Amino acid sequence: MSSSTIGKNLKTALFSALLVLAVAYPVLGLKLTTVGIRVEVHGASPLVLWTIAAAAVAMFVWQLTRERVASACSGIPGLPSLPRSTSNFLTLPSTQRWAILALIVIGLAWPFFGSRGAVDIATLILIYVLLGLGLNIVVGLAGLLDLGYVGFYAVGAYSYALLSHYFGLSFWQCLPIAGAMAALFGFLLGFPVLRLRGDYLAIVTLGFGEIIRILLRNMTWLTGGPNGISGIDKPTLFGLTFERRAAEGMQTFHEFFGIAYNSNHKVIFLYLVALLLVLLALFVINRLLRMPLGRAWEALREDEIACRALGLNPTLIKLSAFTLGACFAGFAGSFFAARQGLVSPESFTFIESAIILAIVVLGGMGSQLGVILAAVVMILLPELAREFNEYRMLMFGALMVLMMIWRPQGLLPMQRPHLEVRR
Amino acid sequence: MSRSLLEVRDLSMRFGGLLAVNGVRLDVQEKQVVSMIGPNGAGKTTVFNCLTGFYQPTGGSIQLRGEPIHGLAGHQIARKGVVRTFQNVRLFKDMTAVENLLVAQHRHLNTSFLSGLLKTPAFRRSEQDAMEFAAHWLDRVDLLDVANRPAGTLAYGQQRRLEIARCMMTRPQLLMLDEPAAGLNPRETEELKQLIGMLRTEHGVTVLLIEHDMHLVMSISDHIYVINQGTPLADGTPEQIRSNPDVIKAYLGEA
Repeated sequence: MSSSTIGKNLKTALFSALLVLAVAYPVLGLKLTTVGIRVEVHGASPLVLWTIAAAAVAMFVWQLTRERVASACSGIPGLPSLPRSTSNFLTLPSTQRWAILALIVIGLAWPFFGSRGAVDIATLILIYVLLGLGLNIVVGLAGLLDLGYVGFYAVGAYSYALLSHYFGLSFWQCLPIAGAMAALFGFLLGFPVLRLRGDYLAIVTLGFGEIIRILLRNMTWLTGGPNGISGIDKPTLFGLTFERRAAEGMQTFHEFFGIAYNSNHKVIFLYLVALLLVLLALFVINRLLRMPLGRAWEALREDEIACRALGLNPTLIKLSAFTLGACFAGFAGSFFAARQGLVSPESFTFIESAIILAIVVLGGMGSQLGVILAAVVMILLPELAREFNEYRMLMFGALMVLMMIWRPQGLLPMQRPHLEVRR
Repeated sequence: MSRSLLEVRDLSMRFGGLLAVNGVRLDVQEKQVVSMIGPNGAGKTTVFNCLTGFYQPTGGSIQLRGEPIHGLAGHQIARKGVVRTFQNVRLFKDMTAVENLLVAQHRHLNTSFLSGLLKTPAFRRSEQDAMEFAAHWLDRVDLLDVANRPAGTLAYGQQRRLEIARCMMTRPQLLMLDEPAAGLNPRETEELKQLIGMLRTEHGVTVLLIEHDMHLVMSISDHIYVINQGTPLADGTPEQIRSNPDVIKAYLGEA
């Protein structure tokens, strides 16, 4: 090994070790404790500090000897990766269709076997599945990077909240309105910004998401500002509420069917509504993939210039993807408002956009089964590991890095269903 | 003499200080094969880009059947029946050959959202017609055997033919081919020549061609325009061009 490479390795190793110190010491080495009304900074126990130092030294040694270790270990297989044929089989559209059907059956059976908490978390997962499927249209199918997707989610949620609060409209009346409102916002935003591409589009949509949130926070007279809107009605089943006592002129579910009141009914019903919305999204996307519009999205993603030369209007086609994606976010938003019974601008921060995008990327661009799995992973993991809540972002980061190494194409990317010439 | 399809007058295209195309004039009659030749960098592709709306020409007029088309967007011009291929093949590489042809029919299909969602009979019929039309043309260009393979995996000559078939899906009036024979072997070039002849005689398509293969140009063109450094140098029948001293000088340099 020449001296220059040794020098370079030494520099890298030193830098990595310093990075470990710089990241780990403020996070783990300093503790904030409240004393009365003041906050005091205390150092952590010596054991923690020694561990950090040891980690830095370990990183230094690892970086310095990495190449030698790697060459020595070249005979040992690396991370386990799926065999090619298995991987190919899993990404076939027919396989994924069966898997999705199986998941739907499980999804239908779930609330009657799972506990109340399990059903509640499953409902949350379904909201993210719906959001993921919607964003998947924009990012995965049409190839437009949208970082402000949460803006449309907020539009949907506030559409229902405001209409219910001011005009007393029911969930089922508001659901299409919320979808249409979000779609309208998607359309209006799409018109000017869809001339932009890639990074520029991402930045503008990011700004849009923030604008929506800040508007909602500051239009106090309409939206209640940071306090949001509370007391939003839950969905009803053909006019039957799931509350213990019905409002005037309404009937409750348990009275109508003559059964005892059970608060679980409400949870299960909400879950089923979410499942219904997800099924609708799955159906629409499945059809879209086989429609001229779906083909045009893919063509546009591959070569916009060729599309224009063939007479396809790129703006219109992109706009349709943007609008449809926004529409699903609107559905998800109004359901979210109904489930929480409360909306506030803080539910629609950028981190939500990031999580939804992470679901799409983690699942594999364009894949519906992938989105479902990724939503389960992304929502269930933090719920299961509540004690590690502070390190949630760290875990996401680690997950993303591992994904990039192991399966850069996502958990379960999908091969699009191809149309074939039959002879 | 048949009617005039395309009339270009005084076309000029300026990029900042560079005048890439200057005063180009073209007349294309219906069902003719017209070629544009000239040394590399002469501005032939720039003329193509102006005609198809990829550039907005800085001067001059372009008329298709007497209707001005300059200033229209690329997809609008394509809808008027002017479609082109590209110097470097631009297929949708991950889509299969037949899907490439289906995308090109987008405008003629039933793209209604609801009928597609519900798979109405009208939608099915429209999809089936599109598939049959695509299969018909795949057969014409001898690609039916590879119809279900991703376009990116086809051999280069097949990709060239597929690109022409894809243009034909839009039912064009004027087909503009940018160096269609580039990278083809002599046998494939011969097939291309027959294909262009077939397009003209059987399908009534007018062809405007940029090409460096002089053998091909001279054998199929009705009229040839020579462009040098953005300006028109000469035009005429293949015989006239072959014996034109200016053309020989531009191609071979000063004697």
